[in-house]
Amino acid sequence: MKELSLHILDIAENSVKAKASLIEISVCEDCKKNLLTICINDNGCGMSEDFLKKVKDPFSTTRTTRRVGMGLSLFEAAAEQCGGRLEILSTQGVGTSVTVTFQQNHIDRAPLGDMAGTMQTLIGGAPDIDFIYRHIKDGRDFVLDTRAMRETLGDIPLNTPDVILWIGDYVNEGINELN
Amino acid sequence: MKSLAELQEIRNRALNQVNLRKERADGIRVVVGMATCGIAAGARPVLNAFVREVEARNLTDVMVTQTGCIGMCRLEPIVEVYVPGQEKVTYVHMTEDKVARVVAEHIINNRPVTEYTVGSETK
Repeated sequence: MKELSLHILDIAENSVKAKASLIEISVCEDCKKNLLTICINDNGCGMSEDFLKKVKDPFSTTRTTRRVGMGLSLFEAAAEQCGGRLEILSTQGVGTSVTVTFQQNHIDRAPLGDMAGTMQTLIGGAPDIDFIYRHIKDGRDFVLDTRAMRETLGDIPLNTPDVILWIGDYVNEGINELN
Repeated sequence: MKSLAELQEIRNRALNQVNLRKERADGIRVVVGMATCGIAAGARPVLNAFVREVEARNLTDVMVTQTGCIGMCRLEPIVEVYVPGQEKVTYVHMTEDKVARVVAEHIINNRPVTEYTVGSETK
């Protein structure tokens, strides 16, 4: 994928399919340690120990249209190309956690890309799920929390077009402030 | 400077709107493939373009949604348009630039853009 934000969108969609009610995405850039860490945690249905052991294999998938699921494999390959790795933990009935690391300045590290677009697509497509997006850069952070948004919006759905536009601007501004 | 306070304004505007967007079972559905194949091929901007276009033209009976793998990965990004009472139309190799034409010709004027469909692709 051309940007890491697309990998994040892809894996977070797995969390949506796992019927999570809360999905936490965190991006942490640590320039001193030269480390970029991306975490996607959910409280969805989780996986059995057996499935977890082979989940990174592209031929293990819960899809029914094809026998191949490439999301995790592609993300892992991208990480390993940059001196990093992908770790996945899961407990059935509790949730799943995916942690991916990259050498921040590795020449092959794809740009983080359009996180605003990813959050717009995720929230727009699953407006009843709560998302927390936390972006940390060298100790400073920016947070988008749909729970806080709901407090103000009341029963106005999160996929109302004006809200989606607001999310895009809010995330872009927040990330620009960090840089 | 964006802030949560602006959401209050959005809420007030939405509550005052008479034409609230209703999800009608008998409305037109636009379904964009968003599996790994779709995302890698560029479906995210296509989805966002449909949402913007439908909103800009105030098409309150059109629902834009996402789905998983449709099964023809090499033709992604794929967009399926379901108009009640008609056969579904499958657009393949969709891009942001093609969206305006599909909305104007097919969704509003009921003339599918055949050159973008899977039928033309597999000749």
